[in-house]
Order: sequence, then C-alpha cells, then structure tokens
Amino acid sequence: MKNLIDLEKKINSELTTKINRTEIKHNQIYLETDKDDLIDVVLFLKTNNDTKFRQLIDITVTDYPENHQRFEVVYLFLSHEFNQRLILKYTIAENEIIPSITSIFPGANWMEREVFDMYGVSFKDHPDLRRILTDYGFEGHPLRKDFPLTGHTEVRYSEDQKKVVSEPVKLEQNFRNFDYESPWEGTKYIKEELDNNDKKN
Amino acid sequence: MTKKIKNLNLNFGPQHPAAHGVLRLILELDGEIVEKADPHIGLLHRGTEKLIENKTYMQAVPYFDRLDYVAPMNQEHAFALATEKILKIDVPIRAQYIRVIFCEIGRILSHILNVTTQAMDVGALTPTLWGFEEREKLMGFYERVSGSRLHANYFRAGGVHQDLPQGLEEDIGEFCETFPKIINDLESLLTDNRIFKQRNVDIGVVTKQDALDYSFSGVMIRGSGVPWDLRKSQPYDCYKQLDFKIPVGKNGDCYDRYLCRIEEMKESVSIIKQCLSKMEKGPIKSLDGKISPPSKKEIKQSMEALIHHFKLFTEGYRVPKDEIYTAVEAPKGEFGVYLISDGSNKPYKCKIRAPGFSHLQSMDYLIKGHMLADVPAVLGSLDIVFGEVDR
Repeated sequence: MKNLIDLEKKINSELTTKINRTEIKHNQIYLETDKDDLIDVVLFLKTNNDTKFRQLIDITVTDYPENHQRFEVVYLFLSHEFNQRLILKYTIAENEIIPSITSIFPGANWMEREVFDMYGVSFKDHPDLRRILTDYGFEGHPLRKDFPLTGHTEVRYSEDQKKVVSEPVKLEQNFRNFDYESPWEGTKYIKEELDNNDKKN
Repeated sequence: MTKKIKNLNLNFGPQHPAAHGVLRLILELDGEIVEKADPHIGLLHRGTEKLIENKTYMQAVPYFDRLDYVAPMNQEHAFALATEKILKIDVPIRAQYIRVIFCEIGRILSHILNVTTQAMDVGALTPTLWGFEEREKLMGFYERVSGSRLHANYFRAGGVHQDLPQGLEEDIGEFCETFPKIINDLESLLTDNRIFKQRNVDIGVVTKQDALDYSFSGVMIRGSGVPWDLRKSQPYDCYKQLDFKIPVGKNGDCYDRYLCRIEEMKESVSIIKQCLSKMEKGPIKSLDGKISPPSKKEIKQSMEALIHHFKLFTEGYRVPKDEIYTAVEAPKGEFGVYLISDGSNKPYKCKIRAPGFSHLQSMDYLIKGHMLADVPAVLGSLDIVFGEVDR
C-alpha cells in the first residue's frame, strides 16, 4: 500500500497479536514483535500483496547492557512496489538463540554472520555461522558496549619466532575518554535541578 | 583400475591484482570450472562503527571518507542527511546544489575506476590510462574545495564546510564540456570490442528475482532490469528539481552493467551542468550557531560566535534521542546509515549499510559453473571496494 497509515492498519489487522507496537516516524514504519513470531511476520511482509517488502536491506543489533533483555535485533526492509521502508525489532536476552531468516531471504546469510561476529548472537538453522569481519581466531564481540575501544590483543610480527604473534594490548598511555559535555546544560544533575525549579515556579 | 579425481582448492588473493583490494577467495575447481567460491573478507576491518560510537557527530564524518574511498563524499552525504533529519534542520539551497555536484563527481570517479579496471581485468590497458587522466582532474576539484584529494571531510550536518573557491564553478563547467568526448573514446574502445564482449556478455547473469533476494542495489539491480534508483524514488536534497534519466539493463550480465555505468556517467554530467546553471549565491551551511561553526571573521568580532566555536569543537552538538535509517544512492548502490542517538554528543549506534557487502556475498551464486578466468570479470562488474565491505 502506498499510504503509510493504511499500511500500518493492514499490518495490525492481519498480524494482530504478533505485533506488539507500531509507530510511524520519519516516513517509515517501526514494528515491534517477538522472537517466536519472527518467521511468520517476515513471511507475511514478504509475500502479502499489500505489503510486498521483498528486499531485506540489513540486519543489525543494538546493545543496551543495562537492560534485562540486553539486545535489540533490528531488520530493515524495503518495498520497491510501494516505495516504503519498514523497521522490524524485537529484544532478546544474552545467550538466547534466534531464528535465522536465510531460508526466506538468502541475502541474510552474511548479515547474520556479521551480527554473530560483532555481538555474539547465535542463529538457529543458519547454514554457515562463522565469524566474518574479525581476524581468524579472534575472541570477543567488538560491538558490544562492554568491549573496550582499544581491544584486548594486538598482533605483530615476531622476528624471534618468525611468525605473527598476538599479545595483550600495551599502550604507552591509557586510553582516555574525556567527558566534554557542558556542566551548564546537559549534565544530568543540573537538568534535574532545573526541572525541579521549573516545577516549583 | 579406477582413478580418483579430487577437486582442486585454489586460494585467490588476498594479494591479487584482480581482487580489487584485499579479498581472499577460496575457490573449489573442477578442472577449470568453479564449483564453489567462499570469499573471506575482513582483512581491511577497522572497526569504523565502534570508533564512531566514541566520537562526536562532527568527528565521525571523516570515517565515511574511508569506506568507499573512490567516492568519498557520497558516503558523507548519507551521514549528514541522517543527522539533519534527527536534528530537524534545513539545508540552504546552495549547499544542496554543491552537495549534489560533488556526489555526481563522486559517481563519475567511481564509475571511471570501475569501468576501466574491469576492462583491464579482461585484458585492455588503454582505457585505464585515458580514464585516470580524467579522475585526476576530478580529484583536483575535490582538493580545491576541501583541501584533500581523497579524504575530503567536506559535508556537514546542515550544509558543507565552506563555499566553492573562486573559479571552481567555471572549471567544473569546462570539464562537463570536455568529458563526454572521453566517455565516447572509452566506448569506442570497449562497447563494440570483440574481446571485451566475449569476456562479459552472458557472464555473471543475475535474474530479477535473485537481485531482490540477495539484497542487491544500484547498478547491480538496474542491470537486471529493475528500475530502482533512490535519487528518483526517494529523492533527497535537490534531486527533485533536476531532470535526469535512469539507465536500466536487460540481461543482468556483466556487459549490461558496464553499459549502465557508462550511461550513468553521461547522466551525471548533465546533472552537474543543471546544478551549475541553477545555483545562486547564498549561505552554504545552516545558520544555526549551535550546529554550524562561525566564520573566522565573526569569531574575532563576536563573543557569542567565539563561545559557539569553542563549544562546537570541544563538546560538539547534542542530538536528541531518536533512531533513523537514511539511504543515498551511492555509485555502488544503496548506502545507508542506521543511526541511534541518545541525546548526547556522540551517536549511540551507527550501523553502516554498505552495498558491496551484499554484492560480494552473492559471489558463490554468481560464479558457480563459470570458468576460472571469469572470476575477475564478475568481481570487476560487482564493483567491490574493500573499504566499505570490511568497514
């Protein structure tokens, strides 16, 4: 459907309980679903004649380490016919295994491998779940928020051993992360104080 | 006696001139026929997304130059658009024209490189020599406007860094007059060339359905006959006011993709000409002092400008909590940025959707059953640049 509001209604009426929340923002539809309904929802979006989201643009994960359901898995879809974009999301806990959609979109193969590599989220029924971007033998999942920017190991060629060796990172000076955020506005306690003052007045 | 025949595993790359960078392809060969291709990527992985999470919005821009390094400004464009949409700021019309001019210059840069190196992969050396002379001129324009030939760091949320220097408009206009002749020269060498056609026609055929399923975009999907271009379908900046055509292929083979790229270069020249004639004097970045840095002159005279300058280059600007996916039609396909802001001065997450990643993924499907010598031809027509594939 060309009209976003009609499309949102259609999705809601067809998928009913499988969709937890819908929202229209920036001319795109944002859907929230559950891990168990993923396959049904994606199949519907791809095959239904009123949605026709026949191209998967990307799969990614957002990490919120403070949440109980730590990872938010995000799927981006595009419909050429109706010129619409859709963002599908659901949250999972660490160590949860999620279904792979490679059987519906063959293009999801590497995207899921990248998610596995970068966040350590595993996929069920994925044909070839290996690391993709990081080095052979790499440990850890770099895009997790608790992975340090400088990493854990560094590699160099060792003249003694005549091979490339990997060692713990040694920095001449520790990585420093300055907080430039203005103390005048922006820092939390000032904001709270300002809000309280507003309420009092 | 029966003889056991085993398939041969061949390691193609990571240092191979036809791999267009650092690609390691593990090929399984039955005689000269490729049975399976397993690309190993990530040899140029620099952790761009992690680095961007630790930088302010303005400091993140240079990382985009280093993704697809043959068309740097197109990438910056996607990030600038994403930030602008979240900040809800308008871009002055002159800045939009400047950005479109340089995006189209980027498209020509990328297509010249691709077309000529693809020709080199299948045995023709002259196009490269002719084409690179033109690239040199275009990179000269990059240098004059941003101070650097490749890593421009020129686009900003809200406009561009500075106005065009004197005389640049005329020189770009002059280039637009002379360049079509060079395209014709290239075409006279390649389009009807028997060897070039033998190496490219019916090689690496992509059907319409597979182009959709494998998340193809850009020339890869247009070559298969899907008329889809974000500049037309989801226009950004001033593309709506420009008149241009979208070349679409028919057979989805390497040769059609080559033809699409040639036609796209001609369209780009016409877009640049239109921009130059429509462009008027005016501001080149958002007038909001909280987003755009003030000029040097203002800093000397105004206290407020001095404060703005100081705050912008230490703290940066803060972006309200939101999430957005924005895509642009980069020369290689749909380049997108999925940006999540949390109200601070740094992006919470910035996922980069690189077109080459999806294209390279289909290598196994494209090359299966072809001869070993077709690997460079297919790889060349995929238009792979490892800066963006590995990020």
